[in-house]
Order: sequence, then structure tokens, then C-alpha cells
Amino acid sequence: MQLTSPDFPRNAAHALHDAALQRALGNLKAGFPGKRAAAVARLPEFEALRDLGRDLKNHIIEHLDYYLEQFEASVQRQGGQVHWARDAEEARAIILGICQRAGAKTVTKGKSMVSEEIGLNEHLAAHGIEPIETDLGEYIIQLRGEHPSHIIAPAIHVNLDQVSDAFHQHHQQYGKHERQTEPRALMNEAREILRDKFLRADVGITGANFCIAETGQTVIVTNEGNGDLTQLLPRVHIAITSIEKVVPTLEDAATFIRLLARSATGQEISVYTTFSAGGRRAEDLDGPEEFHVVLLDNGRSQMVGGEQQDMLRCIRCSACMNHCPVYGAIGGHAYGWVYPGPMGSVLTPQLVGIEHAAHLPNASTFCGRCESVCPVRIPLPRLLRNWRAREFERHLTPQGYRFGLRAWAWLTRRPALYCGLTRLGARLLRWLGGRSRRIRSLPLAGGWSAWRDMPAPQGRTFQALWAERQRAAGMEGKR
Amino acid sequence: MTESTKRAPAAGRRVALLATCLVDLFRPTVAFAAVKLLEDAGCHVEVPVQTCCGQPAFNSGDRADARALAEQLIAAFEGCDYVVGPSGSCIGMLRHYPELFEAGSAWQVRAAALADKSYELLAFLVDVCGVEQVDAHYAGCVTYHDSCSGLRELGVKAQPRKLLASVSGLQLKEMEEAEICCGFGGTFCIKYPEISNRMVSDKCASIVASGADTLLAGDLGCLLNIAGKLKREGSTIRVRHVAEVLAGVADEPAIGDGE
Repeated sequence: MQLTSPDFPRNAAHALHDAALQRALGNLKAGFPGKRAAAVARLPEFEALRDLGRDLKNHIIEHLDYYLEQFEASVQRQGGQVHWARDAEEARAIILGICQRAGAKTVTKGKSMVSEEIGLNEHLAAHGIEPIETDLGEYIIQLRGEHPSHIIAPAIHVNLDQVSDAFHQHHQQYGKHERQTEPRALMNEAREILRDKFLRADVGITGANFCIAETGQTVIVTNEGNGDLTQLLPRVHIAITSIEKVVPTLEDAATFIRLLARSATGQEISVYTTFSAGGRRAEDLDGPEEFHVVLLDNGRSQMVGGEQQDMLRCIRCSACMNHCPVYGAIGGHAYGWVYPGPMGSVLTPQLVGIEHAAHLPNASTFCGRCESVCPVRIPLPRLLRNWRAREFERHLTPQGYRFGLRAWAWLTRRPALYCGLTRLGARLLRWLGGRSRRIRSLPLAGGWSAWRDMPAPQGRTFQALWAERQRAAGMEGKR
Repeated sequence: MTESTKRAPAAGRRVALLATCLVDLFRPTVAFAAVKLLEDAGCHVEVPVQTCCGQPAFNSGDRADARALAEQLIAAFEGCDYVVGPSGSCIGMLRHYPELFEAGSAWQVRAAALADKSYELLAFLVDVCGVEQVDAHYAGCVTYHDSCSGLRELGVKAQPRKLLASVSGLQLKEMEEAEICCGFGGTFCIKYPEISNRMVSDKCASIVASGADTLLAGDLGCLLNIAGKLKREGSTIRVRHVAEVLAGVADEPAIGDGE
């Protein structure tokens, strides 16, 4: 997809003025956090589970090569095949190759953010293969020609009216001429049309929330059942995922499954949790003939051992964005690439280069709400701050801002001069405030005064007043 | 009682007050309120010469300047038993100091020692000094905004409420989403003013909906942001640092209010 992260401020301004989007974001803020909190309250050991999840992930990352090789051997034992993709281009080529060898005309797709990361749909379509998203949210945005604005609720930005319009426009070809407006009717219409697509697909592509090293299974966590139909009905199943999704054992997968749905939607467990172990065996009644797992690196292995390593713990639950006041104000598209919100602002610079995503780590107040809900305790503010340090080093920080910061730092390192100037500043600003004690317009701070008054200082600095008080007390002592 | 006898250390705690650069410049009343509360708790208060804790540099990725400012503050403050400030954000910064220095270096050891004895004002009064109540009166209905750093980095939540409960005449009405960021975020409000404006607008809506006539919080950055927005909207809600109310020095005009 096209990267628009460099236009973040314009994207954000656009989002803030989009009334329909703002209504949708209001629903998100009213929904997910409360549901998560209720689910967490029902599980007394949740905090201990977060510690376990963090420690397990750290162990996995430190032994990533070992578990990935074990996973590959286990998949092969089941008659499946693992493909290693260094980058997005390799991953696209591998998947296209499998589809072409299968003679595929259409592929059904379960929800996969990694497939978004590699731009799979566009690539398949350009080679004459029709990709059909089967997750309802993904299906809606595919019809609308959009990308997900949220990693688990991809169409969170779309309202009911817009869904009606999209279905009415695109379903005429299937003889559906009546414009449906009720959620249930819309869902039934999508289900009916997708049912036929499931049956006719040559290849089914899903993501994988976890890859279990000891068993060679991939796991998908879904709520609609579309993932199961995607991976069971076609002749070929491809799971596309990234290398950090590997977990050692079935037991470990269970730990993360307990954390994932609670953190994401506040469910104790998702409606479907599906384990895939290779293709159809001789005694099986159904299942794909071929099972492929494509493991994408795309810069992740470079994070191992580095200052951003903790990001590899992410299990893509979306709790960070659901609780982020910045995401809640502007939605996912403003971030300008695949992964929005706090996790995206850490990951995107890694995947596309910090010079193309310099705004993202800065678009945070460091309020810390993301870290406080992260199921694997990723210190997201710290990782965002690390990116800011890299930007400062590489002179990617805007020059005016950089100059102001350095000048301020120079002054603060000279306490006598600083105290003298702040005494003057306090008086000057107090005078500007007049009797209202408010300043309505400030040079160099237009961003502040466009929407707020600046309360004026009281007129004297504390340090000046304190020194006076000390002198007075001293004189009183001598008397 | 004279000034000097009143300030004699009862419990022998020598506290260095980090007024914070915003309080120093904008609102000395907050620092004097902090001094009164600390002295009432039996502390001996000192005010080392100070500029800024370095948080703007740290959060802007300017590690070298952040380190230099940390060294300056450590040298000025480390002689006292405790460092206390009326700000979760600045004290939170002091707790970050050890990450600025090489592990095991002499400066890192000093930074860690300073971080260990640094406390947000209300957390210090309640958790370290064991203050159970204050002697103050405030005629009004207040609502309390939990500033992010104090809440999530330092665990300041119950302490202000406990002390506010002891203020006579004061009624606390909690707002919805008291723990959501007000959109100040240091330089964030200048870098992304439109997003910041949305966040502070939402915060002000929660404050107004609470029905309170006064908004209190423990960080002047948040308070300037919220007061600036409320006053631009023409609201009559008074905005004060919580220390002013607890110290009973709420006679100065509230933040952003005229004479």
C-alpha cells in the first residue's frame, strides 16, 4: 500500500474533521477498553499472566533461530512446507508462485496484517489472480478500495450507511438489487455471496497468530469462522506470517491465547481458535492437499539484540491502539501505513525506514496508557523515545524545533543567566496578560494559542521570591 | 512562632524542593504551597538553585543535553535526604535519569541514588511522611484529573483523594475518564496542535459534565493546558494545583482567571 506517513499532520487534520469517522471512533473508545477491563477483572491472575507472556516472548526471541528451525522440521514432518521470505518482495513471489503452480484463478483470504504488510492483494490482482477477503470487515473495505484502519477491526472507520452503499453497489452483479440497511440482513447477504467464493477458491490464504514449534501447527484466532472455510475448502492452504509468531509448545500457545482475546475484545477466548497441522492425510475426509507456511522476516531479525527488540513480543491484540487517545482522535488511516497506533508507531519506522515515518514516534504524549494495557508489557513509550533519539542523531528532527531545543538547553545549563531571564520573562508575560491574566495570542506558540489562552504567570519567579524569604528570615534571626 | 522555629526539622527529613520550571516561572504559589505542606509534615525544606529537569530534551531524543541537565540537577540536589516536587511528570523524569548513563558508571550510581529518593509531593506526604489529613478549608465542588506520569509512572492515584477528603467544605465529584491524557504532552501540544486540541476539548467536556466548579490536578503543564482551553471556551470553572487547596493558600486568582 502507498505510504502516507510523511503526511501525518495533514492526514490527522483530515481525520479530525471527518464527522463520520469521529462517530465511529467514539464507538471504539466506548467499547473495547471497558470490555477489556471487565475481562481482566474476571481473571485474578491476569497480571501474573502478563509477566509470563513477557518472559516467554523474551525467551523465544533469544532463541528465535532454534524455534524457527524446529517449527520448519515439524511442518515438514506433517507433509507441509515452510518458505523463508527475507522481505516483502520475496514473500509476494513465493505466494504468487504457489498460486500459479496450483493454477489458481481466485484465492480466498482470512484476515492477515502480514499480507497487508507485503501488499499481497495488489500483487495477486496484477498477475490475474482475484483475491477475495472473507473476514466481514476486510470484505467491506476491499469493496470500498481501502486498507484496514485497525489491526483487528479493519473496518472500524466505516459506518452502517457506508456498508449499505458498498454492498448495494457491488452486489448488483449477484442479483442483489435491494439496498439492505439492517446489520443482520447485510451480514446474510455477504455470507451468501462469500459462500460461493469459498467453494470456488483454488487457494486459501490465512495469517497465523502463532506457529507452534513442537507440533508444526499454525493457529488462527477469529470470530467469524471465515478463516476455517478459507483454509479447509480450497486445494491449497498458505499461511503467511512473520518470524516472531513462533512459540515453543502447545502449552505456550495456550498462555498467549488466554492473553490475546481478553486484551483485544474482552472475550475470554475468541469464537474460533483453529489449529492447522499440515495438509489432508489419507484418512481425512477433508482439508487442503497442500499446506505452505510463508515466514516473513522483513527487518525483524535485525531487531534482535537491538534497542527495539521488545517490540518483537507483540501479539497484535490492538489493546494499545484501543486505549491510545491519539489513535482515538484520528483513527488508523492517518498513520499512513499498515500498522497504526502505538505499536505501529514503533514498528513502521523499522519496516519502512525512520526517514519515511519520522512523525509517528513523535505523535504521542507518552501518556503510557498503551504500556499499561499491553499483554506482554512492551514499554511502548520507551521504544517511541528511542526512535526520537535516532531521529535527533540523524538530524531528522525539524531544524527549527532542533534549534529551539538546543538554545533552551544551552540556557538551562547556565542557572544564573536562566534565573535572570526567567525573572524578566515572568514580568513580561504577566504584563502581557493584563487584568484578565490571560494571553490570547503568543508569537512562536501559534499552535497553542489558536485553540487555547495562555494563563499568564503570577509575575515573580518562585526562586526570586524564595531568596527574598530566606533573606528576610535571616535578618529576623539576627535581630 | 517565628519563621525559623516553625521550619525546624521535626522528623529530621531534609527535603530538596524541585519547584519545576513551570511552577517557578508561572505559579510560585504552588511551590509555596508545597513548602507549607512539607513543613507541616515536619520536613526541613531547601531550595537548591534549579532550572529544568531535562525532560523536554529527553523526550525529544536529545540525549546529550538531557544527560548534561541530569548531571546539573543531581549535583545540586543529591545532598538532601529526599527530592520532592509538585509534579508527577518532572519527578518521573528524575526516575528516568539512570537510563541516561552507562551502566555501572559513577554518574549512573549517583543518578540511581537520586531517583530512589525522589518523590511526587502527595505520594511523599502520604506514603513517606504518613500524613493522614490536612488542615484546610475549601468551599467548592472539585473534580480531579489524574496526570499521566504521576498516575502511570509513579502510582499517584489514592494519595490526592485521601488528602482532599480531609479538606473541610470540599466535595469531590469524579469525572468520567479522569485517567485519560489531557493532550498537553510537553512539546506534543506545539508539534501536533490539532490533535492536542481535540484531546483537551474531550477532557474539558468531561470536566464540565462532572458538574464540579473546580478542576484540580498535580501537574502544572496539564493545568495550563486545561485552564487555557476552559477559559477560551468561556468556562467559569476554577483551575488550581491540588497543593494550593491542600495547603489552604487558594486565595490567589485561579489559573487563567483575572483579578
